[in-house]
Amino acid sequence: MQSSNQPWSSLWKTLFGDPLRAFGIVSAILLVLLAIAPAKNHFSEWRHYQKGYLRMVRSRGEAVTLQRHFQPGIQQIWHPDIGVTDRCTSCHVGLKEASLTDVKFQPYRKHPVIPHTTEQYGCVMCHRGQGAATTVEEAHSSTLAWEQPILPARYIESGCGQCHRANLEGTPQLNQGRALLARYGCVQCHSIKLPDAGVMQATQDAPSLSHIADKTTREWIFAWLKDPQSYAASATMPNFKLKDDDIRDISAFLIANSNPVAGDTLPPISQKAADSTAGASLYGESFCASCHAVQNAAGNLVGGNVGPELTRIGNKTKPEWLRAWIHNPRVYDPGTQMPHYRFSDQQVATMEGFLLAKSDSDFLANVHLDPATPEQIAHGKSLVMEYGCSSCHEITGIKKPENFAPELTRIGSKSISQLIFLPGMSHTLPDYIAGKIRQPRAFSPGLKMPQYSFTLTQIDALTTALLAQNDRAQSMPPSLSVPAPQTSHYRPAGKAGQIMSDLACFSCHAINGRGGDMAPDLTWEGSSVQRKWLEDFFRNPGTLRPALIRRMPKFNLSNEEISTLSDYIMTVYQTPEFDRESLPESGYSATQVEEGKQLFYSKYGCQSCHIVDAKSDKGYIGPTLTGVGSRLTAAWVYHWLKNPQALRPGTVEPNRNMSDDEAKSLTAFLMAQKGSGTKEAKK
Amino acid sequence: MMTKRIPLAVIVLCLVVCALMLAASGCARQSASAAGPAPTAYGSAIVESSGGKQIGAAGSALPQPLVVQVNDDQGNAVTGAAVTFSGPSGVSFDPPTGLTDSSGQLSASVSLGGMAGRYQLVASTMTKAQKRVEIKSEEIALDYQRRLGQLLDDKYCSRCHNPESTSERVSNFDNLEVKPHAFTEGDTLNKMSDADLLAIISHGGPALNKSPLMPPYGYTLSKTEMQALIAYIRMISDPPYQAPGMVYAQK
Ligand code: HEC
Repeated sequence: MQSSNQPWSSLWKTLFGDPLRAFGIVSAILLVLLAIAPAKNHFSEWRHYQKGYLRMVRSRGEAVTLQRHFQPGIQQIWHPDIGVTDRCTSCHVGLKEASLTDVKFQPYRKHPVIPHTTEQYGCVMCHRGQGAATTVEEAHSSTLAWEQPILPARYIESGCGQCHRANLEGTPQLNQGRALLARYGCVQCHSIKLPDAGVMQATQDAPSLSHIADKTTREWIFAWLKDPQSYAASATMPNFKLKDDDIRDISAFLIANSNPVAGDTLPPISQKAADSTAGASLYGESFCASCHAVQNAAGNLVGGNVGPELTRIGNKTKPEWLRAWIHNPRVYDPGTQMPHYRFSDQQVATMEGFLLAKSDSDFLANVHLDPATPEQIAHGKSLVMEYGCSSCHEITGIKKPENFAPELTRIGSKSISQLIFLPGMSHTLPDYIAGKIRQPRAFSPGLKMPQYSFTLTQIDALTTALLAQNDRAQSMPPSLSVPAPQTSHYRPAGKAGQIMSDLACFSCHAINGRGGDMAPDLTWEGSSVQRKWLEDFFRNPGTLRPALIRRMPKFNLSNEEISTLSDYIMTVYQTPEFDRESLPESGYSATQVEEGKQLFYSKYGCQSCHIVDAKSDKGYIGPTLTGVGSRLTAAWVYHWLKNPQALRPGTVEPNRNMSDDEAKSLTAFLMAQKGSGTKEAKK
Repeated sequence: MMTKRIPLAVIVLCLVVCALMLAASGCARQSASAAGPAPTAYGSAIVESSGGKQIGAAGSALPQPLVVQVNDDQGNAVTGAAVTFSGPSGVSFDPPTGLTDSSGQLSASVSLGGMAGRYQLVASTMTKAQKRVEIKSEEIALDYQRRLGQLLDDKYCSRCHNPESTSERVSNFDNLEVKPHAFTEGDTLNKMSDADLLAIISHGGPALNKSPLMPPYGYTLSKTEMQALIAYIRMISDPPYQAPGMVYAQK
């Protein structure tokens, strides 16, 4: 002990034994301490990067310009109103230098071109991270004190979603994520409040289960609940991973709870069903595939996703229900998106036979259920309430639960300390959200959230959309937020309105902001077409665009219905921009027509997209113009030629900026193309 | 004697610890890359089955997986060969290694790095003689501007400029008397300057004494949109486009 203490005490004596020496040494220590701060500054990372930048710039052709732009010292972008204090540009020196496109390493890369500048919104708005930090580590990673690591590039579009509430052309991933939240029923259980008031709405209503016993069997319900995707690969219903006994009880309850709808079943139709080729061609002519998909032999889904997949429809529906549904779907479901085709009895029988044949003999082979007991039915009911089935489905006697699942309005700002991660998972918010979507029950087997079968791309899109739901989005100053356009609840009035909802026109066409985008917007249809053509088209809808796969089906409308609809469209759906009578439909001079022809074929090369002469023209993009003089009004043609986007925003027809005279001559040429036009279009 | 021996011992100890740490870290790195299932068979060649030359968004998963196949000398597929995927920093593979399936293939979903550009991916396998054989595939990651360009191309241009039809879109290429070039045809498009491209896109074919079948878009698209199209065309061209002045800058 003593011997080891000895060197220290002698050292102490030599240093501080003499007061003068002691003073000198203390001063020296003080000086060193004082020098630490400037030295730290001198050797700081940002200074190192700034020096590196100047070194890199020196050897470049535009060195002088770059050196002139360079500003030494800590740089800062400060916007207190949106919580931005970003010093990132202290190291990321070349962000704004357009000439640095060839620089491939950080921190000197030029920022990719985006619609905003860094000065406008800073960096952390989109990239997250700690803007105020001045070291690489603190700025980019999450530490105990700083919680916000840099956001991986795959979720970058979440930044846009903080201000932009509507779909943006340049953010397909964010748009997809939001669409999935609405389509897959996420927002039915989790409420997501929007900053501009209101909540995110579901876009697909799951079918009502109140009358399900009319439509299908208990066996089908069992197989479906066990694995919805085994029935239809594209089903949006998730898998609740239920035990067989629980499924038995739920199916028992749903059947017992079902009450019939008058008229939603029909006795067999006496007409003999035609052969199967007639069924396939009726299915084709009716353009069922525009909305319904069917798996083909190669296992690929072919068709639209407005209605349910029909690959195994024969396993699901009872024949008497299917028959009545094909006859008039509105009896069973007044709000369905499916049109009421006015099929003849023969056609109903043909379609029924065709659809019932779409079945898989193995599908229900292993489902054997004994008659249900009252206990099972009661247990089924409690399960239905426990799993929140009525969040999505209407079920007689069970109310839609409120706040069934955690609200996700601010999920994108959730603090890491509040999250429970799986072992081996990296501790970041995006990983947590993506993990929850990928395998919710992995976090705890007792959780109710069901298992979806999303692809990697879909999970990324959903995570992106959820990350945009954060504190900043909620508190964005109104001057910066770009609200979604008001959703339109437009309903046409009167008799025509009834026919239009019976035909479900809005499933495909938009009018006054409401409706689908599968078919042309009809808001100004009355200014655009001639009445006779419209009536003929209802009677026999040919196609105008040879390359289109989805087309207008034939509804077998009565003459009276056709004239009611035509009256309504011709008078109500008119543009305020011009009068449809302002130009004559015919009577143009031969020279004017000839001039128009020259312009069409030579100057403007319209034949690259349109067909006027079916023998020589081949253009396949725009509508066929054979017979256009009997289809469109001259005033519409003229104004369309002058500015197509003014009449139909977003149309791909380019604006040619042509003079009034040229537009008049072209109108003359096009209006001279009389005839039905449909024969050529069939080609 | 004693006082002198202690520091020496300390130094030796330090050195030993350092050496151990280095060795340990080295080992860790090695074992990480060699991890993966042990092969049950060996091939002699590796080829790409599908998934090369895709265009994706920077940082995101590519639309299609990368599928490679291991073959033996006779060109027959080999089951159970070990394949390792690798790429530049930022690229991730799921799974990064694995054994080929019964058709001799291994498929991995690929996420590209956060920076736009061309990414060269490598899939490799070992032959029986422990020789490494590999196949390279190139993928392209788009940033915001180029992705906007891609979307505009899909909407306005590809019907004429892309000779391939898809189930959603019938190509108009065959119907045109004068054939346009696909935007990947670098041999032609790389010879045109940015100003040329802007001229033909905004004023149509006649602006460059070409056919009026190429319509003008100057009154339909904004300057930003046309620039996005040009940036996209430059990015996907094959062979790659070299901006003038870049050669100088690199020297
Ligand atoms: C209606 C068909 C059509 C559409 C749509 C179209 N182009 Fe073209 N484009 C052509 C034709 C035909 C040519 C060839 C002209 C020639 O060589 O005389 C061409 C030529 C070009 C060229 C010159 C290089 C080449 O391929 O010969 C560029 C660049 C170009 N188009 C860009 C575009 C862009 C960008 C768009 C979309 C905004 C677009 N085009 C849309 C038909 C079209």
